[in-house]
Formats: sequence, structure tokens, C-alpha cells
Amino acid sequence: MPRETWLIFSRAMSLSLRNPAWIMIGLLQPVLYLVLFGPLLERMTESTPGFPPGTSWQILTPALIIQLALFGSSFVGFGLLAELRLGAFERMRVTPVSRTALLLGRVLRDAVQTVAQALLILVLAFLMFDLRASVGAVALTLLMVAMLSLALSSCSYALALRLKSEEAFPAILNTALLPILLLSGIVIPITQGLAPGWLYGISRWNPFTHVVDAERASFRGEFTTDALLTGSLVLFAMTALSVLWGVRTFSRESA
Amino acid sequence: MIEARGLARTFRARGRAVEAVRGVDLDVEAGELVGFLGPNGAGKTTTLRMLTTLIAPTSGRATVAGIDLASDPVGVRRRIGYVPQGGGGLPEARVGEEVELQGRLYGLSKADARRRGAALAERLDLAGLDQRPIKTLSGGQRRRLDIALGLVHDPGLVFLDEPTAALDPQSRANLWAHIRALRADHGTTVFLTTHYLDEADSLCDRVLVIDNGAIVAQGSPAALKAQVSGDLVAVGVAPSDLVKTTEIASRVAGADEVATGEHTVEFRVPRGDDALPELLRALDGAGIGTTSLRVQQPTLDDVFLTLTGRTLRDAEQPTAPEADRAA
Repeated sequence: MPRETWLIFSRAMSLSLRNPAWIMIGLLQPVLYLVLFGPLLERMTESTPGFPPGTSWQILTPALIIQLALFGSSFVGFGLLAELRLGAFERMRVTPVSRTALLLGRVLRDAVQTVAQALLILVLAFLMFDLRASVGAVALTLLMVAMLSLALSSCSYALALRLKSEEAFPAILNTALLPILLLSGIVIPITQGLAPGWLYGISRWNPFTHVVDAERASFRGEFTTDALLTGSLVLFAMTALSVLWGVRTFSRESA
Repeated sequence: MIEARGLARTFRARGRAVEAVRGVDLDVEAGELVGFLGPNGAGKTTTLRMLTTLIAPTSGRATVAGIDLASDPVGVRRRIGYVPQGGGGLPEARVGEEVELQGRLYGLSKADARRRGAALAERLDLAGLDQRPIKTLSGGQRRRLDIALGLVHDPGLVFLDEPTAALDPQSRANLWAHIRALRADHGTTVFLTTHYLDEADSLCDRVLVIDNGAIVAQGSPAALKAQVSGDLVAVGVAPSDLVKTTEIASRVAGADEVATGEHTVEFRVPRGDDALPELLRALDGAGIGTTSLRVQQPTLDDVFLTLTGRTLRDAEQPTAPEADRAA
């Protein structure tokens, strides 16, 4: 199985590296937020009551990295739909290769790609803007982004395989992603001081909120807070369930 | 090589059950080149996908390459090659790396996969294309690459789904030669699906005709055609001689379905070429001159027409249940 996972991973990786333009296009959105939106937040954080502690860059950068993972990994199923259409997935499913390896090789590629993009965003935020964070916080962020990417791309592949439709897939994703994005406090943190009670209440049900909060806590250097623990547990559960769903879907006979 | 009994598959579409394959029995011996002929939507691909472990049958059982399909699908996968209809290479990938990857997915070492890839490239006229992205290949080259991908682990049994669909005539003839060589030079058992009559006719030892999810006939192309009541003979005569010619034609030994047209008399006999001398002598004796003479041997389309009451081309039109499914 590790050998087969490696085979699928390296093939997916070499195809990705052959088209680095896509990796750059994926970076465009967070970079634009950083440059065109980040400076706005600087004053707002200082003068608006209810904002979480930390500088605006400590609030925005981790959120942008999560947004990157959210949008980058959610659409990976498109690639699988193309492979299905071309018969390339069928061709692999007819070999004795483990179905789990077919999934894991792909999601590991996606995770590596997302982590590389996240690193570029971090470097940019450190060099161009006033981001301050410890090495530990950066390492933890990258680990969490990797897990998030594993979770989201597993779900994306499973959903693509379930739907088998290049029309329905983006329609469902776009419908789901916007509320997830808004309710996770990525753009403006949803705190008790800023949001009305009901909005704050709903946002607590969004697992991504806890992941964003955990990353912000780690950027502030608060490694012992509840936020970090809750976020890590939520992320861990989300990743485990998503990969499990992915493996089960890939193993289904008529997948 | 293949033994299937009562293989059936029902799909659920919007709460309704659609029987794509309804109880197929089939036997394929080692070394045979068997064609699965039927219109699009007849259940060919579904049957193939069941035999290649891609979907599980709703009922029935099968042994493929000596392995039970239900209890050991991975064992079946190890022993068979499958060339899907759409091919299977990614446009951006390179020829050499796709073949190597496929070999490694079958458990070959990197060196073995490369060696095997080089041998197959030689055999299938793909030599020198190693570094080419697949999207730059011609249609015929792509199909040969697809076949190479299916043969990389040297299976004793290979399934080809519509191998020559959408190929130009020259590439088709070339691919047929490669498919024949598969069996002739390497003893590989070949099971292919096709909706081309000429392909089934000229390529296959044996043809299984499938319609509406069930096998309606099987046998060698010659034996199937012999089931249709013989060759068609058409004699052209002057309109004034039509009545007399019809009489004479009816007296030809074995003549059947005699029909009188405006300028011709048509009838069927088991062997048209044997019946001609007798017919011509009789017409000569009656002083009737022929303006034209035509003997037409039955095609597999006639077989299909006899079996199902419609031609293969008519059968390609969506039938009622399929139209419903699309809606």
C-alpha cells in the first residue's frame, strides 16, 4: 500500500509540476487579499472594539491560509471528473492497486501543494507586511493546513465520484463554500463583541471557525488556550471522517 | 477463460429499476477471439464492466481467467487486461511514463515496467514516442497506446471495449491487424465489444449478439449468417417477362420468399452461386433475356434483423426505456 500510494502520489505530483501556472493562479486570491485588503484591516483592528487580540496581520494571514486550503482543495474533484471522462480512473481501477492508495496518493499531492502555497503566503506576509509569529506557530499552521487540505480534498474526490457530473459538482461546491467562508470569520472575525448573538451562535457550529480561531491563537503565541485545543480536536475529527468517507467511496464497487 | 451464468445488472435511476443486463450466459475458451455485437445501449459495456470487476453483478456468477469474480476480484484484475472505450491516458502525460506507471500498478518493478513498455512499443508501432505528450498522438497511435496499457502485465485474457470506435478506415484496418496478432502470436484470448458489423464479421471467430440486455444468438459469423434463410438472388428482366420469370424462380430448388418488383424478381436460396446456372438455363430455355443479375450474401445486419425484427442501425435509436432514463 505505501508503495502504491507513492506511485499515485508521484504521478499526480509530476502532472501538477508540469502545469505550475495552476499553483500560481491558486495563490492569486490570497495575495490580492493580503495586498488590497490587509492594509484596511490595520486601522480597523486598532479602533474597533470586539476584534480579537493580536495585530491585523496575525488575524488575517492565518485566515487567508485557511481560505487558500478551502478553495484550493475543495475543487480538486474536478481533476478526478476529468480522469473519469477520459477513462484514466477506470484504467487504474482495473489494476490490482489498492483503492485506498488511489485516494491517498491524490490527497497527499493536494496537501503538499497547499502547504507549499501556504509557505509562499507566509513568506510574503513576513517580508512585505508586519507579520510576527514564532517558528512554532508557523510549523503548527502548516501542519493544520496540511490536515485541512487532506480533509477537504478527500471530501472533494468523494463528492465528485458520487455525483459523476461536471455540472452538479461546482454548483454544489459554490453553494456550500460561501456560507462556510462567511461563517468561519475568515474575512472579519466573528466574535461576541462584533457579531449579534444568533450569528455568533451559528458560527460556532462551523468546524472551520474553530480551525481559524486555533490558527489565530497560535499566531499570537497562545499555545495553551482552549481555542487551540478545540480547533485541533475539530480538525482532527474532520480529517479522520473525511478520509474515511473518501476511502469508503473509492472502495465502493460502482464508484 | 470466461464462464458466466445468469449475469445480470439492474441500475436504479430515480427510484426506478432499469435492467441493463438481464441474465447473460457466456463461455469463452482460451485462445478465442470473441466479439460482443449489439447496438449502443444493448448492455455490452455493462457486461464488460461486470466481467472486469468494475461493477458488481446484481445477480449471477462468473469465473474469469479461472478466478471467481465475486470472491476474488483482485485475483481477476491481476490476470486480465482491460482497454476501456475512452482510452485511459491523460492528455498531459507522456507515453512512456503512462505505460511505466500502469506496469508498476500491476506490481512490476520500475526496470521490468520499462522493459515491458519498450517491448510493447516495438510491437504496437509506438517506438520513439516515449517522450510525447499523449495529446499529440494521432487517433490510431492513441488506440495502440491504450492497448499497450492493457497488455503491460502480459495478461492471458484481454477485454477491448469498442476498440476501433471513431477511427478512420486505415487506422481501423491497422488496429485489426494488431488485434489478430495478439491472438496469433501471443495466444492471448480476446473479448471485444463492437457495434460495427464488419468488425465482428472479419475479426472474430465467434460472435455473441446482444440486444436489450440479453444474448439473442451466438456462433461464428458464417454460422450466424447461414441461419438467415440464404442468399438473396435478384434477376433483372424486361417487364413483359416478369410473370414467367417469377414462375421459373419459384421452381429453383430451395427457392423461398420470391418477390416480383417492377424490373426484377428476387428470391432467397441457401447457396446463390449454386442456384445461378440452373436459373439461367431455365430462363434461356424459356427465351427470357436477363438485364442484370445479382447475388447478395447475408450480412450480420440481416442476422440482427432476423433475430430482433429491426436492423442494427434502427436499434441505435433510443428505445423507450432509455429515452425515459435520459429525461
